Amino acid sequence: MPITCSSREIPAEEQRCSRGVSVGIRSVSIAFAGRTVLENFNIEISAGEFVAIVGRSGCGKSTLLRSIVGLETPQTGIITLGNVAASKGKPDVRVMFQDSRLLPWRRILPNVMLGLEPALIPQARKVLAQVGLAERANDWPATLSGGQRQRVALARALVHDPNLLLLDEPLGSLDALTRIEMQQLIEDVWQSRGFTAMLVTHDVAEAVSLADRVILIEGGRVALDEVVNIPRPHTRGSARFAALEERILGRVMKHRSVF
Amino acid sequence: MKTQRQQRTLVKQALPWAVPILLLIVWQWASSAGILPSRFLPAPRAVIRSFVELSASGELWSHVRVSALRALSGFVVGGGLGLLLGLLTGSFDWAETVLDTTIQMVRNIPPLALIPLVILWFGIDESAKLFLVALGVFFPLYINTFHGIRSVDRGLLEMGRIYGLSGWSLYREIILPGALPSILVGVRFSLGLMWVILIVAETISARSGIGYMTMNAREFMQTDVMVVGILLYAILGKLADLLAKGLERYWLRWNPAYQTAR
Repeated sequence: MPITCSSREIPAEEQRCSRGVSVGIRSVSIAFAGRTVLENFNIEISAGEFVAIVGRSGCGKSTLLRSIVGLETPQTGIITLGNVAASKGKPDVRVMFQDSRLLPWRRILPNVMLGLEPALIPQARKVLAQVGLAERANDWPATLSGGQRQRVALARALVHDPNLLLLDEPLGSLDALTRIEMQQLIEDVWQSRGFTAMLVTHDVAEAVSLADRVILIEGGRVALDEVVNIPRPHTRGSARFAALEERILGRVMKHRSVF
Repeated sequence: MKTQRQQRTLVKQALPWAVPILLLIVWQWASSAGILPSRFLPAPRAVIRSFVELSASGELWSHVRVSALRALSGFVVGGGLGLLLGLLTGSFDWAETVLDTTIQMVRNIPPLALIPLVILWFGIDESAKLFLVALGVFFPLYINTFHGIRSVDRGLLEMGRIYGLSGWSLYREIILPGALPSILVGVRFSLGLMWVILIVAETISARSGIGYMTMNAREFMQTDVMVVGILLYAILGKLADLLAKGLERYWLRWNPAYQTAR
């Protein structure tokens, strides 16, 4: 699958040789059994942007991602990808979950190949090599570590060359060192491929280190929308990084003291 | 060092057979010493002799063939139906609504309680035995298939849909392999039941088969032939279980629980 700029869903002005699509979420409300999760929710994400969504558990950040892939249906409002509604003929959207969700009964390469033609095996091997697991192609998922499984899940998402990659706390269950490694990997592939990325996380430092923009959701609304004005790579040690992390974290914690 | 380890594994492999062999020795000794009268239980040597005689004359094999054919065809018919209906009710809510209550009601009737009725319907020919075996193996396969399909990981289904699978491809990639461990449990249960039901059916009414051979031997007080028949059932049951275990180990080789299991 060669990287092209001529995807039909991408409007002309967004064709900066980028795979990314813009995401528009307008007046979206979602409620489960009478409990409102998202209320009149609005965000605009431009093509190729890396956005992190933070918030406390149960604030609706995962629901937001799930509604973009159509796993939840908003009661009101509209979600657009590129210039079409998400519900119709959507561009390639792939999701990475907190658990790898590899098929335990398929070896690693067939897992990466899920939903692909057999002709794309070389492509799948290439992506597997990109995440550093080329030599594990014929192993069972059960023999891999948690971090390796997440790398396979990333490869599985990337082999489709997505226009939009949704990351639903994909590093939440990894140890600290593996996390840093994976963050590096995700940033690298995002930079080389130029897809739009939305990362849901509860880790503010992770959000600041990866994203162009950090959005805080509270009570089903956007509570904070901060642009990360730090040149990449966002090194954790820098003063601006620390100040921004402090400000967002402070805003998250302040909300709790109200209760 | 290495030979010591080899010795230890050899002992480990031989150990499960120590008790049966010991029992055999005691049995033979008791028979030779006259403690165990042969009209009560024949000596192992007599059992072996009659086994050799029966198999040399070909009589044994014709009975084994008849019994195995009955068991197998009953298993294929009943198990196949159980699998199909289990897949149907597991996959479609409407099928569960329409069929499951009925099946659960019939399930609570022991198949062997139907023997008088079955004899009335089919007489004592092959179809009676086929019917009983098929009925018996139907339920374990049905229930385990249904349960297997219902307990497929929701997360994997969700992931599959996002990755563009639907309909048959979703079924083949995720639902069937996910249900397979449970289906194989059903197969093992069914294989066990298959022999139990066949033994009873053949003992009550048959003109051939291992059960017939055993009952016939009773008429002439041939205890050695009776023991041969009983042992044959044990061997065939064990073979069926080994087959099921082999299938498990092959199909579930992705599962660490089956990779090292012996």
